[in-house]
Amino acid sequence: MPISRDQVLHIGRLARLGLSDDEIDRLTVQLSDILEHFEALAAVETDDVEPTAHPLPLQNVMRTDSVAPSLARDDALSNAPEVEDGLIRVRAVLE
Amino acid sequence: MSELWELTAHEAQDGLRAREFSSVELTESVLARVDAVEDRVNAYITRTDEVAREQAREADGRFAAGTATPLTGIPFAVKDLIVTKGVRTTAGSRMLGDFVPPYDSHVYEQLKRAGAVMVGKANMDEFAMGSSTEHSAYGVTRNPWDTDRVPGGSSGGSAAAVAAGECIAALGSDTGGSIRQPAALCGVVGLDPTYGRVSRFGIIAFGSSLDQVGPIGRDVEDVATILDGIGSHDPRDSTSDPAPRPDMRHYLGRDVAGKKIGVPREYFVDGMDDGVRTRIDEALRHLESLGCEVDTDLSLPMTEHALAVYYLIAPSEASSNLARYDGVKYGLSERGGSMWENMEQTREQGFGDEVKRRIMLGVYALSAGYYDQFYLKAQKVRTLITNEFRDAFTRYDALVTPTTPGVAFPVGDKLDDPYAMYLNDIYTLPSAVAGLPALSLPCGLSEGLPVGLQIIGDVGAEGTILQIGHAFEGALDEANRLAPL
Repeated sequence: MPISRDQVLHIGRLARLGLSDDEIDRLTVQLSDILEHFEALAAVETDDVEPTAHPLPLQNVMRTDSVAPSLARDDALSNAPEVEDGLIRVRAVLE
Repeated sequence: MSELWELTAHEAQDGLRAREFSSVELTESVLARVDAVEDRVNAYITRTDEVAREQAREADGRFAAGTATPLTGIPFAVKDLIVTKGVRTTAGSRMLGDFVPPYDSHVYEQLKRAGAVMVGKANMDEFAMGSSTEHSAYGVTRNPWDTDRVPGGSSGGSAAAVAAGECIAALGSDTGGSIRQPAALCGVVGLDPTYGRVSRFGIIAFGSSLDQVGPIGRDVEDVATILDGIGSHDPRDSTSDPAPRPDMRHYLGRDVAGKKIGVPREYFVDGMDDGVRTRIDEALRHLESLGCEVDTDLSLPMTEHALAVYYLIAPSEASSNLARYDGVKYGLSERGGSMWENMEQTREQGFGDEVKRRIMLGVYALSAGYYDQFYLKAQKVRTLITNEFRDAFTRYDALVTPTTPGVAFPVGDKLDDPYAMYLNDIYTLPSAVAGLPALSLPCGLSEGLPVGLQIIGDVGAEGTILQIGHAFEGALDEANRLAPL
């Protein structure tokens, strides 16, 4: 298997997906199958090849630093689950 | 007398300008069609009948005032990852089931400015991850040609709506084939523009180095007209190419004699349906009869690696983009425990199986110890794929391939085998990885189902592929542009 159950468990925690035991089992098989198909990539010669991050030749796109209207605060907060005094209320980060 | 919902956008436009019917009448015809067939197709997640009626009245005002554009009064389906102010936008996910955007995407702004009409928000695979529209939290969309089959995906709702007459035209998005593959399976025309051609401002992100918005319509002229309507430069998207945009419709109707067309042999290998091969062979002869120089002695050996490259890069980018769904700022929010518990519960409840699978694949490819082996390797092979295309376009004006290896497959057929589902994108992935424009258009039927012809162009060469597509379409017998639903 290209990927072990423990690895899947670890990745699942990193991704904060709250996966069940059944999902971990199923994903171990499915991800192994997918990754096996990708093994041919290793044989491609890429020693002097630069990686492509995106296909556009644009770099450092700048705009003038000018004042313009932006989204109103209440609109920006309109989908927040809990709002207090114009702020998003969150759970305690530090116990 | 045919019904108004059967018209193409340019036919409808002619009728509207000649005052043969009003935009309100056209819109009511489409809404009645939605009433009649939507329970069999499920093309829409959210219908926006009242928005449509209001916009149709405004459109009639513009015809009266003489301020109409080529898209004024045309009823559209808008893929549900294109944010629309005040209209729920779900991306096909439970995560955004109650999300009502406080702003408009650039493309919807452009449609509104042009006086177009929005019929509804089209169904899609969750966060655009899928090739069948089965991975939607809002039910499967059915192929109007055979409702036991999938419409393709992820823009399956958009393509099915166009084919079923539930709109005149649609907007979709394409990351690895999500416009072209459903357009092919539903027998309509779809264009994935050059990366950077259409602004992604207000498009819910999936794979940021790949995502592109584009049109789906009943013929090539409609698709060209829509691209002209939505494709302006937008400073709010830093990947929006500032280069000038030529008028696409200028290319239509021009002679294609002498155009050099390459047919890469790697697109004609194992797993391709005989019926598809027959239609593509006929299409190549059609192109020759138009005077194109068709060269089948072309090899693009990197093609075989595009699937692995795409399915490493797109999930990696997705795993990062979808980290924003944490239950804190907007979207689903499970709030029963600590911060970390809430985040896990929110993501467990909010995401479907395919989205979780892709996030897992992406986090793995980006994780310490595997980054070089998978993600960086994929980015390097991406360069090789791009270079191979660049070299080919020094000799050819366009490349022609099938859009998919087979016709629409039965609902449920590939749902338990993710890799088999991924293989459906095998012909649409290479050009996506290279950021090239590609058009899919109908080239006949196999087993009574539509087959798509793909025309791939060089960077910024939408005009050339639309020109060839338009000539091809004219050489074919009347395209079966509406499904026999």
